[in-house]
Amino acid sequence: MNSEDTGAEQRLVVPGDQIDAPPGSQPGSGVLLRGESLVATKLGRVQVNGDTIHVVPTNTTYIPRSGDLVIGYVEAVMNNLWFLDVNGPFNALLPMSLAPWKVEFGAARQYMDFGDAVMARVMEVDETHSVVTTMKGVGLRKIKEGFIEEIPPHLLSLVIGSNGRTLQRIKEASDCRIVVAQNGRILIDGDAEGIATARSAIDIIVKTGHAPGLHDRLSSVIGGDE
Amino acid sequence: MMGGYGDVQLMREDGKRLDGRAVDEMREVEIKAGILPAAEGSAWVKHGLNIAVVAVYGPMEAHPRRIQRQDRAVLDVRYNMAPFSTSDRIRPGFNRRSREISKVTAEALESVVLVERFPRSKIRVEIEILAAEAGTRCVGITAASVALADAGIPMKDLLVGVASGKIDDIVVLDLDKAEDNYGQADLPMGIMPNTGEIAFLQMDGDLSPEEYELATEYNFKAAHEIHGLMKQALLDSASGGEV
Repeated sequence: MNSEDTGAEQRLVVPGDQIDAPPGSQPGSGVLLRGESLVATKLGRVQVNGDTIHVVPTNTTYIPRSGDLVIGYVEAVMNNLWFLDVNGPFNALLPMSLAPWKVEFGAARQYMDFGDAVMARVMEVDETHSVVTTMKGVGLRKIKEGFIEEIPPHLLSLVIGSNGRTLQRIKEASDCRIVVAQNGRILIDGDAEGIATARSAIDIIVKTGHAPGLHDRLSSVIGGDE
Repeated sequence: MMGGYGDVQLMREDGKRLDGRAVDEMREVEIKAGILPAAEGSAWVKHGLNIAVVAVYGPMEAHPRRIQRQDRAVLDVRYNMAPFSTSDRIRPGFNRRSREISKVTAEALESVVLVERFPRSKIRVEIEILAAEAGTRCVGITAASVALADAGIPMKDLLVGVASGKIDDIVVLDLDKAEDNYGQADLPMGIMPNTGEIAFLQMDGDLSPEEYELATEYNFKAAHEIHGLMKQALLDSASGGEV
């Protein structure tokens, strides 16, 4: 979702602003149809995808969707399920039956306790925002080592870059395993120096990512790419 | 008929008000967005001598659970005046007046925020009045809607709080402290500048239908002026990260 992908003008709008668009344009995310005209509902930049107009917000909270990879912290343990903080408005459920272990009723705490971090996948979100997560799947596990960096979720696409190139650069320069979860948490696993390198690169992206010339600024930390 | 206390003259001989403003002139307004690092969204508004700071948190799980709505978000608005905001010290904590203003502000903001997007959650809006000089509820509404937009909460429009009133039988825009205390009427409104809808209206004192029309006209004029400043503040904060 970079500006170069669409070539459209990245105009800033505030809620209530009318968006100039060719007739027949459809309202996308962050856009409302009022009579004949499109109106922004969020503070952000206008993005045109074909005939759909979106507003990409400059600031947002994570709203879980089914299929999302998330990093959660155990916030409460019941007899047969865990509650995870997934950085959204609500705690997510992780039932015992969807954990990778054979857990006896009442023994949930022996496998994961308060404060533990887990890599999980959102299985379903119902219309009242109840979230059920699963740990059955490739790469889903309890996180035992590494550093978890938290960034605003709408900046994740900048960290990944087009075709994952930015993320690849950071991985190679820092020699770390990096997993980007959709709720804005990034697991960085490697030696201390590598983690520090990766974190400073991510910091640059978060602070100055939407301005032109990001590639050069990153080069000062992680070197130019090939 | 003279003002509420009968013996205070609020209009000068030259047709200007005591502070030198024309009848349809508002006090100076200054707005900044995104000033608090800990909050999801925030705003600072100076309107005349009023200063309001607003922080927005959420959407988050609504607690206590009895306030939850299965089909929409609730706005948890807390309007508070700092103890040092007026010449008389204000006892910290809720009082009858701040409860009322919190309630009407929440109801006004609910008509612009797309609350149905966040069922079962709450959005916390903390309005803190640091300095008060008449019209703080309007300043609070203006600041709250800037902070909500800064937090990325979807809204169908911004909401501008403005007030007009009547002093010495003349309708004037944006009452200051003396005019509010000794004037005859006060008409605060919450206006959506793009749609022209009114989300909030209170009236203190009496206005004739004609005076009401004029006061409304003044309010809309001021709302469009303030709306421009609100937009500018939000755009500045959104592009602030650019180098």
